Amino acid sequence: MQPMSEKFSDEQILEGLGEIVEEVAGVSPDDVTADKSFVDDLDIDSLSMVEIAVQAEDRFGVKIPDDELANLKTVGDALKYVSAHS
Amino acid sequence: MTTLRLAPGAAASRILGVGSFQPERIVTNHELSERMDTTDEWIRERVGIVERRFAAKDQKLVDMAVTAGAKALADAGLSPSDADTVILANCTMPTPIPNGAAQVADRIGVKAAGAFDLNAACAGFCYALGTASDLVRAGSARRVLVIGAEKLTDWVDHEDRANAIIFADGAGAAVVGPADEPGIGPVVWGSAGDLTDMIRLRDDRWIFQEGQSVFRWATTRIAPIALRALEAAGVAPADVDVLIPHQANLRIVESIAKKLRAHGAREDMVVADDIVYSGNTSSASIPMAMDHMRAAGRVKPGDVALLVGFGAGLSYAAQVVICP
Repeated sequence: MQPMSEKFSDEQILEGLGEIVEEVAGVSPDDVTADKSFVDDLDIDSLSMVEIAVQAEDRFGVKIPDDELANLKTVGDALKYVSAHS
Repeated sequence: MTTLRLAPGAAASRILGVGSFQPERIVTNHELSERMDTTDEWIRERVGIVERRFAAKDQKLVDMAVTAGAKALADAGLSPSDADTVILANCTMPTPIPNGAAQVADRIGVKAAGAFDLNAACAGFCYALGTASDLVRAGSARRVLVIGAEKLTDWVDHEDRANAIIFADGAGAAVVGPADEPGIGPVVWGSAGDLTDMIRLRDDRWIFQEGQSVFRWATTRIAPIALRALEAAGVAPADVDVLIPHQANLRIVESIAKKLRAHGAREDMVVADDIVYSGNTSSASIPMAMDHMRAAGRVKPGDVALLVGFGAGLSYAAQVVICP
């Protein structure tokens, strides 16, 4: 998908993250809600987090460096980051 | 004006034979989990390794290279005197002086060989194979013994669970010689010295990797290099029978295969997974995988194989070869 210049709504970001997490880690998109921790609730490891970041970069046209990635503990953290940087 | 004469080169080059060597000692995930805070499940999920081989204390990198190199010559149906050049790709010699290649050449019986070590870390075999192919084509060498050999366990902190579970020891080799039809495509190589800190020795000299950054680099940058090697050789992704990426981590291998399939590589393309029972052996991993896969019947003579190495430097190299 082409990066878009306009800002995404929170709903669009959450839906996109759900699809990405499903593809990378096989987690149902219904489980990808803002309060969930990637590691503790969704059982996503550090390498899958990199794959999620790379796909989120492509999809939302943002940069998520590895040191920023470490701060994205929950789906809500990722949502806020993408919203602020897209 | 004096005109210099050039050596008559070969029309093309090909791999004439391959061989490999692994130390006897098998180290299971279970054994590692008794020594450090890790589990079999964690290792299998993160890197895909079930077991690996560790060299004995008195088993040197050069010893392993000699055995693999001699096997490759025998596989090619050649005697040591048929070769004239030895390139030893490695990054784990215990000391920088002397190099390993001259000793390996002497012990195998390649008399007065042109011999040098080549350090492009885990990309070393592909760098050396490209160099050997060009030496043959330029007429600088007739037959080149290309070896990747590593004793990584000398450089790993055995209490560092991030790296101690990954790295292992072994050697793989190929003989490169002249051919009428090309059996080794153009090498596509390069480096990213700006990212050198991602894989390096710590101040206490043990290997260190920025795991997530290396994973990101390998899963995003390496498939495009492999595709460029296909383009350079005039081979379509659908024509690749075998993909042999450096065996760094099974998840990186699978990611590269997935990206190539998205560009037209076949679903039935055989993908090397030698890391599962060999671990990450750096420059040895590609020729070792090719040798093991051939022995298992997964690679046949004439198969089109896409090789791609990547690692510390950062360095990378890829080429298409016809399997011997």
